Amino acid sequence: MIARDLIAVEDLERADLERILETAERMQELGRRTVKKVPTLRGRTIVLLFFEPSTRTRTSFEIAGKRLSADMINFSTSSSSLSKHESILDTARTLDAMQPDAVVVRHSVAGVPKRIADVLDSPVINAGDGAHEHPTQALLDLLTVQQEKGRIDGLTVAIVGDIVHSRVARSNIYGFLKMGAEVRVAGPPTMLPAAIETLGVKAFTSLREALDGADVVMALRIQLERLAGALFPSIREYAETFGISRATLRYAKDDAIVMHPGPVNRGVELAHDLADRRPSVILDQVRNGVALRMAVLYLLAGRERAGGAEGRA
Amino acid sequence: MANDYAQPPAPPPSASEAAASANVVLDDTGIRRALMRIAHEIVERNQDLGRLYLVAVPNGGVPLARQLAENLRQIADADVTVGILDTTLYRDDLISRGERPRLRRTEMPSVVDDRIVVLVDDVASTGRTIRAAMDALMDFGRPRAVQVVALVDRGHRELPIKIDYVGKNIPTRTGDSVQLRGEDGGLEGPLRVVVVPAGAAEGGAA
Repeated sequence: MIARDLIAVEDLERADLERILETAERMQELGRRTVKKVPTLRGRTIVLLFFEPSTRTRTSFEIAGKRLSADMINFSTSSSSLSKHESILDTARTLDAMQPDAVVVRHSVAGVPKRIADVLDSPVINAGDGAHEHPTQALLDLLTVQQEKGRIDGLTVAIVGDIVHSRVARSNIYGFLKMGAEVRVAGPPTMLPAAIETLGVKAFTSLREALDGADVVMALRIQLERLAGALFPSIREYAETFGISRATLRYAKDDAIVMHPGPVNRGVELAHDLADRRPSVILDQVRNGVALRMAVLYLLAGRERAGGAEGRA
Repeated sequence: MANDYAQPPAPPPSASEAAASANVVLDDTGIRRALMRIAHEIVERNQDLGRLYLVAVPNGGVPLARQLAENLRQIADADVTVGILDTTLYRDDLISRGERPRLRRTEMPSVVDDRIVVLVDDVASTGRTIRAAMDALMDFGRPRAVQVVALVDRGHRELPIKIDYVGKNIPTRTGDSVQLRGEDGGLEGPLRVVVVPAGAAEGGAA
């Protein structure tokens, strides 16, 4: 089952998703202990190769690795020779020569983690690439929903916001569909990809219709700095049309939960009073992120390419 | 068809046939008797039953620890907590190739500090699982003492680990597989301990 790398949820089978979620559930128990560290990956080295700034995801991976006793090495743009114009693949090869047991990659360009995985001996884990995928985020969202609702199969999940530019949306669409949920996406027409319905989701430009009877409402972060004025007339108008508030949440099921990958633009995609309290589960998502990434590192770190070095294409 | 009797001996049994013909070395009655005797030995050895904490190594240790707790209630009116401690993350054989083993549930309902922890496992052999369980236990606290129950001790110790309470000693060859089984493959209903001879589990590769 489980392949050597974790690049995209699109590549995974339902059985893979279930195995990762089950492992993450077991890892959660460690988070409730006084001593949260186990010796599982002792002597293993995991490199965090972040070409794009990230605090939340990088910290989550770092805590996850440390709880498994791996040595976590940060290699980020500001502190590396990337500023000396070394090519991405050269950087990756240099790191690979140091024989890490896994490399966690984030890059602003879609496809870079896959390219790096093709040249490296170590397993590669995608921590977000451009508008392609962010698999560990989707997996931690699946874990959160499974625990809140006791299942994923048969649920209705509405993802609201900038679907075009969101790797979180893409990974979640694949993840929830594979686990048997109905997935809806909603946003201004400029933020809905053409032919998104070919993925098996229903697209809406009306929030009310998208939320009707939903079990899970997932708001995406609007990238204010990049998009304001380009894809919608004003932030205020977006907040009024697609912002999730206690009022708009009435369209969804009474026990619907609200999710957000963070960081939240309060008062834009999510009303102020929703960000911190039930039915929002944003802090559970963060907590689950550590357990989920522990599961991924446990399942992948230190595993060799099938057939050893000679198995390389 | 008429020549059947002239055929050479049948090939070794397949995995499923081997499972069906596996040698039962301890049946449900035998297991119950052993667990009752062990409960008596635990009472005999430990004056302060209030400190007892039965910690099962999953999966096989779980039904055994529950039965031991029930026996201790019957014979000594002792209310003993049962915990479950998965040892997978403490194993010393997480090989680099192939899939990682499945994690099992850990449930430790009470603090370990100052308790007399009795680890309960189904089959003791190399001692590596008990070693892993002790390391895991120490991460939960500082027990006053640790003792070990094994329903079956099959020998082949590789570490200096002593089993305090043994249900039955069963001599085996290294490659044999000794398993606690219930009905339909799980650990429900009547239990039995079987020995699957070396090679049989792999479809008669020997």
